[in-house]
Amino acid sequence: MADIVLDKVTKSYPDGTVAVHGIDLEIADGEFIILVGPSGCGKSTTLNMIAGLEDITSGELRIGGQRVNDKAPKDRDIAMVFQSYALYPNMTVRENMAFPLKLAKLDKATINQKVEEAARVLELTDYLDRKPANLSGGQRQRVAMGRAIVRSPKAFLMDEPLSNLDAKLRVQMRTQVSRLQKQLGTTTVYVTHDQTEAMTLGDRVVVMRGGHIQQVGDPQTLYDNPVNLFVAGFIGSPAMNFLPAAVEDSMLRTPLGDLPLGDRMKRTLGAGDAPRQLIVGIRPEHFEDAKLIDEAQRAKGFEFTAPVDLVESMGSDKYVYFTVEGEHAAAADLEDLAADAGGADLPPQDSLVTRLSAESRVRDGADARVWLNLDKIHLFDPRDGKNITLHEGRAAGVAAS
Amino acid sequence: MSISSTTPAASQAAEQQAVPRQRRRRAELSEGKKQERKLGWLLCAPAALVMVVVTAYPILYSFWLSLQRYDLKFPQDRQFIWFENYVTVLTNGYWWTAFGVTLLITVVSVAVELVLGMGLALIMHRTLVGRGLVRTSALIPYGIVTVVAAFSWRYAWTPGTGYLANLFAPEGAPLTERASALAIIILAEIWKTTPFMALLLMAGLALVPDDLLKAASMDGASWWQRFTKVMLPVMKPAILVALLFRTLDALRVFDNIYVLTNGANETSSVSMIAYNNLIKGLNLGIGSTMSVLIFLTVAIIAFIFVKLFGTAAPGASEEGRR
Amino acid sequence: MATATTSAKVKWGFLDAVVVVFALIPVLWIASLSFKTTPTLTDGNFIPRDWTLDNYKLIFQTDQFVRALINSIGIALIATAIAVVLGTMAAYAISRLDFPGKSLLVGVSLLIAMFPQVSLVTPLFNIERNIGLFDTWLGLILPYITFALPLAIYTLSAFFKQIPWDLEKAAKMDGATQGEAFRKVIAPLAAPGVFTTAILVFIFCWNDFLFAISLTSTERSRTVPAALSFFTGASQFEDPTGAISAAAVVITIPIILFVLFFQRRIVAGLTSGAVKG
Repeated sequence: MADIVLDKVTKSYPDGTVAVHGIDLEIADGEFIILVGPSGCGKSTTLNMIAGLEDITSGELRIGGQRVNDKAPKDRDIAMVFQSYALYPNMTVRENMAFPLKLAKLDKATINQKVEEAARVLELTDYLDRKPANLSGGQRQRVAMGRAIVRSPKAFLMDEPLSNLDAKLRVQMRTQVSRLQKQLGTTTVYVTHDQTEAMTLGDRVVVMRGGHIQQVGDPQTLYDNPVNLFVAGFIGSPAMNFLPAAVEDSMLRTPLGDLPLGDRMKRTLGAGDAPRQLIVGIRPEHFEDAKLIDEAQRAKGFEFTAPVDLVESMGSDKYVYFTVEGEHAAAADLEDLAADAGGADLPPQDSLVTRLSAESRVRDGADARVWLNLDKIHLFDPRDGKNITLHEGRAAGVAAS
Repeated sequence: MSISSTTPAASQAAEQQAVPRQRRRRAELSEGKKQERKLGWLLCAPAALVMVVVTAYPILYSFWLSLQRYDLKFPQDRQFIWFENYVTVLTNGYWWTAFGVTLLITVVSVAVELVLGMGLALIMHRTLVGRGLVRTSALIPYGIVTVVAAFSWRYAWTPGTGYLANLFAPEGAPLTERASALAIIILAEIWKTTPFMALLLMAGLALVPDDLLKAASMDGASWWQRFTKVMLPVMKPAILVALLFRTLDALRVFDNIYVLTNGANETSSVSMIAYNNLIKGLNLGIGSTMSVLIFLTVAIIAFIFVKLFGTAAPGASEEGRR
Repeated sequence: MATATTSAKVKWGFLDAVVVVFALIPVLWIASLSFKTTPTLTDGNFIPRDWTLDNYKLIFQTDQFVRALINSIGIALIATAIAVVLGTMAAYAISRLDFPGKSLLVGVSLLIAMFPQVSLVTPLFNIERNIGLFDTWLGLILPYITFALPLAIYTLSAFFKQIPWDLEKAAKMDGATQGEAFRKVIAPLAAPGVFTTAILVFIFCWNDFLFAISLTSTERSRTVPAALSFFTGASQFEDPTGAISAAAVVITIPIILFVLFFQRRIVAGLTSGAVKG
């Protein structure tokens, strides 16, 4: 058990590309931390550097207070679960799990006892004498976990361990991983590109992009108070809606209508260097069918009418898509996000995704009156993507005084 | 020496650019990368060394010898004579006869092998019964010692002794007539190397997705159309590689001729006469000249293949994709 | 594909039979000759009328053949061992490590694979004569290694590329040193590929005739294929046909055994090594 500290850790390659730019990160003992980001963001490189599978170009890595930059993986006492599981095909499940213990030169009885115990925890007892080729995907994944836990290492590193499983199994294994980590209390660094996994698993989530850390925080903080467009768009499914906005006469002109600005935002936007063009970010659940809003709430929000494109009933609530006229929001961050998602997670730009109560009676093709919560709106500066509604780390909406 | 068309100034400029870039690279190399390079070189060094020492040096030495009058029977006459040996060889009828024989054998055997090999590949790939048996039997010609096979053919065509001679040429002696002897040499070549061709083509066949063929037959393609319009295009790289390998291999034809006719009746290949010049004639100068000429011929043919057909050399293409 | 009709089976069976006959007749013919008695040797019958083992007894009593067999086995085994070791090292580096000059090495070995061997015969003849390698085992082993190396490197690289290298990382994380990771995890997985390559290289060395006949002059290092061609004329046999056939059968036996037992591997080795581009 140990804490892991990354101190200005940088990774650059001979051809001059820099994969990780001097990141600082302190992972507490027993913490479950997630590195998340699109492919190429440096998360796997960071993990490999912690593992010792890749050299650290500069900066310092400390595990349990000790500098380990120059230590070989085997001397760092950490275990790793690979995306491909990397089970030794020529060994049985038992031999696979015993392998690290054998290398550590433990005696036979201890090895046996530890393997049996791990197998019991992971419900693999019946499969101990099988070869990996004769196991299902989920079983292989558990063997890979087993091989990591048998030696009670200082930390677990997991590199997208669930991404080769089908959707249902992934959800199952997610809870199992989470439970196992709580049970063992071992420091765990988990890499994924799937924001749902990141949100559900981690104590804290590190969002990375282009070799830089964008934001570190617990899942709720990242969701509620994203520091920039990238984090806002990356976390959450369906993703946040982004609309262009212009500041005019202490109002915010958007395709949805003119939104009122509170005193604080007026002050911020009144500053000399403040942007005139902005991007508004609104999460789908911060819309509601205007008919279902009581008077007290109505006052805090803004109402508009728009034609309904499509209604998807999820049972518990409804996803309603609206067409929005006007220009598209544009920013480098948004392009990055779109490129990563292949457009899948992000709504098409001229459409607005809302999540309304199941009781809503809006129908395809008809116009609907929609309410939106002004307290929950984010405003981003398109030049650098920064969230300008954040006040002391918390998002306060546009109407706050 | 210089065939390059870049002007000296341009290449100098390129060099100057290249130098600092390289230096910067080296500075940025991490310890692990350096070790990886070192290990890579260390592991490859012995293989590279052996290959270079046993081929590059002799071929250069061979070029050096080819510029000399050097006959082991008359060692005192050794003398540097520039390209006189080349003139001697290239104005000699024997050389051109052998050259023609080699080309004939190569073209005919490779062409026939391509057709037979394709058939064999299809059988090995698609047969419903006895796939193991077919593959095993097909490997026997590939594996068998060429000299052994050649003796088998020789005895088969020897009048009196051989079943084939008795069957097809009860009167004559096929191995002593030029046309029939060449035909038998080609037959022996085809028998021996068709399986190799077939195996290379089979690797290409395996790359043709079954779904593609199913889709084609759903679209109404006949068997022949599926073969020519779907399979052949996908297999093209494999076919070209197989042709390249077999062509260059066929140009080396030696064993079969040596055993079947020993080059009698103008059936010598270029390898045959180079060998005869060396071992029987002990003429190093002329032998070396032929060595160099054969090397150049092969190099030119390989070059044509690569340039004209864009044959992707195995390995080379893999490197390219990385 | 699921259900094969009888007529399809018959059709394929017929084609199979054609292939098998085509492939086996020359082999059966030379075997048949080797079992014929001297008087029936020239009867032209495909199947011997009179069976005998005399030809085999004869060749094993002569030094000429026994020496050649020993030479063949020794030279092929040594050349195979060295070529496979060097090829394994190089192929590991090529498929696993990143270093400048890699494509050059691949290119050079490709060139050598296509190199006309006869071009080397004259210079090697003279070089080996000068440095005393002529008519020695080493004098043959060296060119054999050289021409076997491209084959070994290609085949092995193809095999090595199929090994999931995550396993090496996993082993390191499990506490193995580089050496242990290689020995305990990678080597067992690479072994089948190395073995297959060894068979292919052995067949290549076993097969060679041109070098064997050019770079040797006596029984000291003459291999069987070369010795076979000298059975004619200068030997003590009056009519060497029976003896040559018997010797030919003897050196075909290992090939037949390889093919019978390792057909699958040889096919995999040849196809993956040659065209995976």
